[in-house]
Amino acid sequence: MSDFDAIVIGSGISGGWAAKELCEKGLKTLVLERGRNIEHIADYPTAFTEPWEFKHRNYLPRKVREENPLISKAAGYNEDTAHFFIQDKDHPYVQEKPFEWIRGYQVGGKSLIWGRACQRWSEYEFSAPARFGYGIDWPIRYKDVAPWYSHVEKFIGVCGHKDSIEAMPDGEFLPPIELNCVEKVLQQKFLAHYKNRYLVQGRWAQLTEPNDIHIEQGRGRCQCRNLCMRGCPYGGYFSSVTSTLPWAKRTGNLTVRPHSVVHSIIYDENKGQASGVRVIDANTKEVIEYKARVIFVNASALNSNLILLNSTSKRFPNGLGNDNGLLGKFIGFHIYRGSMGADMPGYEDKYIYGRNPVECILANFRNLKEQDTDFFGGYTTFMGAYRARRNEAEGIGAGFKKALSEPDGWRVYMYMQGETMPNENNHVRLSTNEKDQWGIPLLVTSVGYDDNAEKMVKDFLIQGREMLEVAGCTNIETYDNKQAPGLDIHEMGGVRMGRDPQTSLLNEWNQLHHCKNVFVTDGACMTSMGNQSPSILYMALTARAANRAVAELKKGKF
Amino acid sequence: MDRRTALNKTALLLGGTILGAEALLSGCAPQSSKSKGILFKAEDEALLNEIADTILPDTPDSPGAKQAGVGAFMQLIVEDCYEPADQKVLIAGLEKIRSISQQQYKQDFVVLNAVQRQGLLTGLDEEAKKHEKSKTDEAPSHYFTILKQLSVFAYFSSEVGTTKALRYNPIPGRFDGCVDYKEGEKAWV
Ligand SMILES: Cc1cc2nc3c(=O)[nH]c(=O)nc-3n(C[C@H](O)[C@H](O)[C@H](O)COP(=O)(O)OP(=O)(O)OC[C@H]3O[C@@H](n4cnc5c(N)ncnc54)[C@H](O)[C@@H]3O)c2cc1C
Ligand code: SF4
Repeated sequence: MSDFDAIVIGSGISGGWAAKELCEKGLKTLVLERGRNIEHIADYPTAFTEPWEFKHRNYLPRKVREENPLISKAAGYNEDTAHFFIQDKDHPYVQEKPFEWIRGYQVGGKSLIWGRACQRWSEYEFSAPARFGYGIDWPIRYKDVAPWYSHVEKFIGVCGHKDSIEAMPDGEFLPPIELNCVEKVLQQKFLAHYKNRYLVQGRWAQLTEPNDIHIEQGRGRCQCRNLCMRGCPYGGYFSSVTSTLPWAKRTGNLTVRPHSVVHSIIYDENKGQASGVRVIDANTKEVIEYKARVIFVNASALNSNLILLNSTSKRFPNGLGNDNGLLGKFIGFHIYRGSMGADMPGYEDKYIYGRNPVECILANFRNLKEQDTDFFGGYTTFMGAYRARRNEAEGIGAGFKKALSEPDGWRVYMYMQGETMPNENNHVRLSTNEKDQWGIPLLVTSVGYDDNAEKMVKDFLIQGREMLEVAGCTNIETYDNKQAPGLDIHEMGGVRMGRDPQTSLLNEWNQLHHCKNVFVTDGACMTSMGNQSPSILYMALTARAANRAVAELKKGKF
Repeated sequence: MDRRTALNKTALLLGGTILGAEALLSGCAPQSSKSKGILFKAEDEALLNEIADTILPDTPDSPGAKQAGVGAFMQLIVEDCYEPADQKVLIAGLEKIRSISQQQYKQDFVVLNAVQRQGLLTGLDEEAKKHEKSKTDEAPSHYFTILKQLSVFAYFSSEVGTTKALRYNPIPGRFDGCVDYKEGEKAWV
């Protein structure tokens, strides 16, 4: 007899979805989470803190930066949000090449601090590797995921505008947040000049107008405070803590065990499938084993690789399911190096009200139907226009003070989110000599840029500048910040999906080819990287796989 | 400047605030050295208050920097957040201001009248402007540039600055992308 029907490793964006689907279908489900518990509202200590109440008013102290050189670089890391990120000293890893691994270890994982961008992948992205000959083919296509995208969007609440763009398909959207005046101008100018470059409102997990299903989750309308990463007391954005986990709990089938560091998955040599999970209590260091018939691995891409690599047995001496030696290889990420800023003259009689928690997107226009550049893959561009408080003025005294109390002129900015190529050399593996405080081998990251990435950054900077010129912007400045991979926070791959067990680890249902009751449905499963923000795809794949798991379980397969 | 603003926006949308991000990017250099901060003297708080208040004085629509109590906060930021190199420049700068005041007026800066203070600091402001224009990227900023930036950050992030010198609504309730703006209206936090 198993302790549970299902175990889910990790309670973040994807693990929350596994828990919800499995519990709803009647499976007794145990969610194992290495971090502390987080309760909606009760554990958002800064949600209503006024800006002047923070000791350093969000100016990071030197000590914090010195003690946390890695995590303090994370987007959005600050005095008001630091409690949802790890501390460097607690969680070492080995950077064979510079790789800035950003983590949030708690119930809810990174769903508490994510940016909430939720674009769908397009058919172009699923088919690009096969059409252009990079990596291996995805075993699924857009049509396989489309209904699951809808399923997820309806539940989490995604606002957006239906734009009929092939490179960024429409979904089940709540009303969009409107573009500001200058963004509308940019939209028109790009379209008039290029015909096929679409600047539109992005799609975001923000409840602009809650439906019944959201109200049932206890969530309310987004108040446009743009303080989401502190945890939202209104439940205005999607996180596991506000949405999927409480939903799963209501079924009576959910058990969440925080402070549970999963060491490995236990393989039953007789049955030829996994029988459970070995956990180390984060505080007491006690080793505990839990049994279940189905296991979902949702520890976030690199941690899922780590757990599988550490799950060795007689049958799988190199890690669970790793007959072909490819586990941990083909790690990908998104290129965030290119950005630019410019002035937009005029429109000074226009302003905004409220704090916009979303951004516009210029949908990918590169290498869609054909390869039209000297590199593979595409890039999504996030961009927008804003008026900040004036930051500079002449002199000192009353006039200076008044000038700085007023809004500055309009500025326009852009930054890229580019696809990287699947590359066998980009890999993670276990350290052979160093362990963490729980006795688990440290992860070694060996991930870097290639020539294709360099070409793409260059193209973005040229195209971006041209577009800003076309729009009438002035003082355009472009940057390649050369940041290490990892800071893009979209690490993926290592346990990729595919049709052929020789070249992939997972089948089209995210099951390990060689250990079918183990499903890996977080970013580790990615066959190629695409150019869209990935998390909603992980959610859709998780829901799809969970339903498959339940069906197979009912057929008595595991 | 532009780089800062481009980065700012990213930080803003990912949950930061423009004010915080600007200060972060201008004052807190990414490379940091492990060394003990320099401590202020007891009289420095009053001096900082008066300097900041000369840069950002009381005006009919909003109280000045002194009423916002910026002096103590400026010290905290310099001690906890600034790099040692900037700390040194700033602390030496305070002594410089003391000695210029003695030379020009035979009096402490804190007891000068408004016109005298304004005159002294306007001179430094011009000197600092020239310095920033001609200096190389690596060379340290003028102490008055740092003092001015710090005063601006301390004031506009204070309760008084946020709620009186700017417009602040913690719970806007909605976002309107296109509203009319009349010259002179304050910026939203
Ligand atoms: C600042 C920021 C902004 C982002 N913005 C966006 C965005 O706009 N759009 C987007 O699509 N994505 C965004 N992302 C990425 C997004 O957060 C991740 O893709 C997503 O959280 C991945 O979901 P996950 O379930 O795989 O991992 P997580 O959400 O990280 O959850 C994994 C969980 O597993 C736990 N865990 C790890 N190891 C173990 C173990 N050994 N045992 C037990 N538990 C374990 C962790 O503590 C964690 O709670 C952003 C990320 C950050 C940091
Ligand atoms: S912008 Fe919306 S989701 Fe973010 S904190 Fe405000 S109400 Fe919550």
